[in-house]
Order: sequence, then C-alpha cells, then structure tokens
Amino acid sequence: MRKPIYLDYSATTPVDPRVAERMCKYLTPDGEFGNPASRSHPFGWHAEEAVEEARAHVAALIGADPKEVVWTSGATESDNLAIKGVANFYGKKGKHIITSKTEHKAVLDTCRQLEREGYEVTYLDPEPNGLLDLEKLGAAIRPDTILVSVMHVNNEIGVIQDLAAIGKITRERGVLFHSDAAQSTGKVPIDVNAMNVDLLSMSAHKTYGPKGVGALYVRRKPRVRLEAQMHGGGHERGMRSGTLATHQCVGMGEAFRLAKEEMAAETERVRMLRDRLLNALKDLPEVYVNGDLDRRVAGNLNMSFNFVEGESLIMALKDIAVSSGSACTSASLEPSYVLRALGRNDELAHSSIRFTIGRFTTQEEIDYAAGLVKEKVSKLRELSPLWEMHQEGVDLSKVQWAAH
Amino acid sequence: MAYSDKVLEHYEHPRNVGAMDKSDPSVGTGMVGAPACGDVMKLQIKVNEQGVIEDAKFKTYGCGSAIASSSLLTEWVKGKTIEEAGKIKNTQIAEELALPPVKIHCSVLAEDAIKAAIADYQTKASGKGSKADAA
Repeated sequence: MRKPIYLDYSATTPVDPRVAERMCKYLTPDGEFGNPASRSHPFGWHAEEAVEEARAHVAALIGADPKEVVWTSGATESDNLAIKGVANFYGKKGKHIITSKTEHKAVLDTCRQLEREGYEVTYLDPEPNGLLDLEKLGAAIRPDTILVSVMHVNNEIGVIQDLAAIGKITRERGVLFHSDAAQSTGKVPIDVNAMNVDLLSMSAHKTYGPKGVGALYVRRKPRVRLEAQMHGGGHERGMRSGTLATHQCVGMGEAFRLAKEEMAAETERVRMLRDRLLNALKDLPEVYVNGDLDRRVAGNLNMSFNFVEGESLIMALKDIAVSSGSACTSASLEPSYVLRALGRNDELAHSSIRFTIGRFTTQEEIDYAAGLVKEKVSKLRELSPLWEMHQEGVDLSKVQWAAH
Repeated sequence: MAYSDKVLEHYEHPRNVGAMDKSDPSVGTGMVGAPACGDVMKLQIKVNEQGVIEDAKFKTYGCGSAIASSSLLTEWVKGKTIEEAGKIKNTQIAEELALPPVKIHCSVLAEDAIKAAIADYQTKASGKGSKADAA
C-alpha cells in the first residue's frame, strides 16, 4: 500500500492511464500535433477530427448536441463565461441573478464582480442538509431576473441539487438556468434536456482527465446567447477565442467517454467503500455527517469530529491525503463557508474533514484510513480541553469565551 | 503548509498533557481562546510555598502550532517562580518553534494562558489569606 493514501478525489483526480496514453498521440512530431484551426493541410484536419470526436464524447455524457459544447480552460472559466456572458448579453432585459451561498467561489466571486458592475444578486440559503428549498428559489425570481445559477454537486459536502426540479421552474418562468457540474460529471447521470439546463460548466480533471481543460454547454434550442469574455480568432463560434489544445480536448473526451461507459459500476464500488468508511467511523462518539447522506454522490464523506480541531487532525492524518473544512492554513482562520451556511456551529465547522473516494481507491486503503482516523481522533480528544469539559457535562454553548 | 521540526516534535510527543484538580488552592488554571476561533488552551500550574512552579499540565484544542506552543510552555515554566514565568514572552515561544507569521497568534495565546493561570493562582492565594485572617 502506497502512502500517503489519496482520499481527495474532489480536489482533483489522477489522469486515467488510458486517457494519458491517448493524449500522448497528439503532441510529438510523429503524432497529430497540428492546429485544429488550420484548414489548408492534413495536420490541421486530423487535429480537428480529434477535437470534434472528443467534443462528441463530452456532449454524449450530458445528453447534448456536440455543437452545444464550447471548450474552455476549466470549470472556473466556464462559470465566468456563462454568468458574465449571460449578464452582459441580457443586461438590458434585467440585472438580477439568483444563486446559492454554497456555490463554488468561481460562481460566487463572479457574482460579486457583477454586483460591482451594477447587477443585483440574491444568494439563497440552503436548508440544514445542504439542499435548496425550491419554493424559496421560485419566490426569489423577479421580473428582472435573467439567470439562476445552482451547482449540481457541492464540492465540500457532495450533496446533489435537484436540477430537473429547478429547470422546470426556470423554464416556466422564462429565466436562464446555469449549473456548475464540475463535481458531478461521471458521478451522477446528467441530461441537459430532461433537466432544462441552459448552461452547464464542466471540468476534465475531476473526472480522470487532465487539468487545464473544461467545457461549457450552451443550449441552442431555445438559443442562449453569450457575450464573449475572451476575444481573438473567433474560435468556438466566437464564444471563446484561442487555439484549442488538441491533446487536452482529446484527454477530456476520452475521460468522459470512459465515465459514460463505467459510471454505473464505478458508482456502486465507490459507494460500497464510502459506506465502509462511514460505518467504521460511526463507532466514534460525537461525530456528525455534514450534508444530506442520501442525496449525495457516492464518493463523498464529510464528517465533523466534535472537540477536535480540523487542522491538527489533518496533521495527525499525514498518511492520508484529505482536506479540512477549516481554512485555518489559509491564514483567514475562518471555518468553511459551506458548513457555516448549513448552520453548523463554529466548533463543528472547525472540526470537519472531507474524504473523497474514487476510481483507484482500494478496500485495503479504506480500512487503513478508518483505523488511523479513529486512533488519532481519540488521541487528540485526550489533548482537548473541550472534550474534557464535554465529559464533565459542561454545555459549551453556554460558556463565555474570550474571543481573540 | 510545512511545520518546523520543533513543532512536529512537540505535536507528536506533547509534554505534560493532563489535568490537575482545579479546586486545589496550590493549582492555578488558565483557559484562553474560543472554539469559534479554532483554538482553546487550558494551562494549569502547581505552585509550592516558595512560589516555584512544581508542575504544569495542559490541554489544547487547536492546530499543531497551538499544541506545540502550549507543550513547550509547560516545559519552560516548570521550576520557575511565578514571577519568572509571568515574564515569558510570546516572541520567545515563536522564535523557539520557528512559527510562521500566520501562527504567531498561537504563541500569543500561550503567553495569555500562563498569565491567566498565574492570576488564577494569585486570586486563590489572596482569598485563602483573607479567609485565614477572618479565622
């Protein structure tokens, strides 16, 4: 067993070796290295064929037409292009956007920027299980609302929003619907038509493809218009200029092709491992799962270990690569904004660990991780004055702390 | 983030973890920090008749640097008089552990903890004195 054990698949995934092998054929002099935009020779034609085949694989995973897929550098760029692109194009019609407080920063910070430019944004509070109350979403729509942006799967807690139900509302009310699906491709079935999604952001590197490439689905019927954010040679039907990175597009295409083929079997295997980890950790007292456990992707387990601080726990767990909801290391000393939005108290938000399991995780690794976590949590609790007070029956919420 | 070897050493082998009887008049207890901020330190000292700290114990909820700062502090204060212990500065702790700027607050918390423990001991001692006078 190689250590540290990688349990951070929501941060990024390794490139599947089958994907890497294909990508290598589009780089070197004896490969198809041409510029896909070159129209005058076979180097360009072959590269273009490869890019279009890859585009078709991406489209197939989400039930779209290949003409509706625009290559980007990743989900962050896709989010920016979708939200700013719609806001800029439809700004005369209205300047109101609705999103949620648990979105990825790529959506939240893009919305903040639009607020500085005179747009108005409503940030919906999720319910304590991390899911949106769709009545509240419907009630937030105004005559000047142009866009609703709600992520499919949350990156921290893995909960799955009901895109089909949201799409039904937005379609009826004549509002565009964007979803960040960076964390859901290959994990949850997506059908942009059944779900009435108008724009969908995707990333390759969360689905066993390479970093540095992503895509944006842009609906053609009824047609969604965007104002380009990147100007130049008019690539991607003018929506995103810049020479396409053939090997990156090929990598994303192959990764998404494999995802479509293997999703059902992989989901079952990953869920079995996640449940094995959860069952082992449930033996510990005072542990809490963050976010809805049923409406959640198979590979995510986000847990708070009460009375143990997240950063010190991560330090103790150096043989496993996980992430903490406590952003203490980033010098902000702020616990996760996602857990805060769920109404988790500060102690629990500071005590959270995200385990994300994926294609290459083994049962042996899960068993080792579970044993290590149990041992270290117990050790750190012996060190914790809060655990001692809890044992003595002190109600920590009633203590007057001297904040510093 | 990379931790210094000294922080890792204290974190992996913390010294003087434990608790003493809070009601013992020779024991001073200092508890500082807040869970909302991500760290709480509890430091206890046992002081003899000569005003020398005979023993020290700690428990800390917080990051590795906070645990190391309090562990180091318990080592330093043992054998010192309460006057000497009260003069320990956070900068000395930060220097010894090579804390990065974002972790300086951990050493500040440790300094606050020893001051709070000494103050608690002195309050108890003066209370005991006045009780003795009354009797």
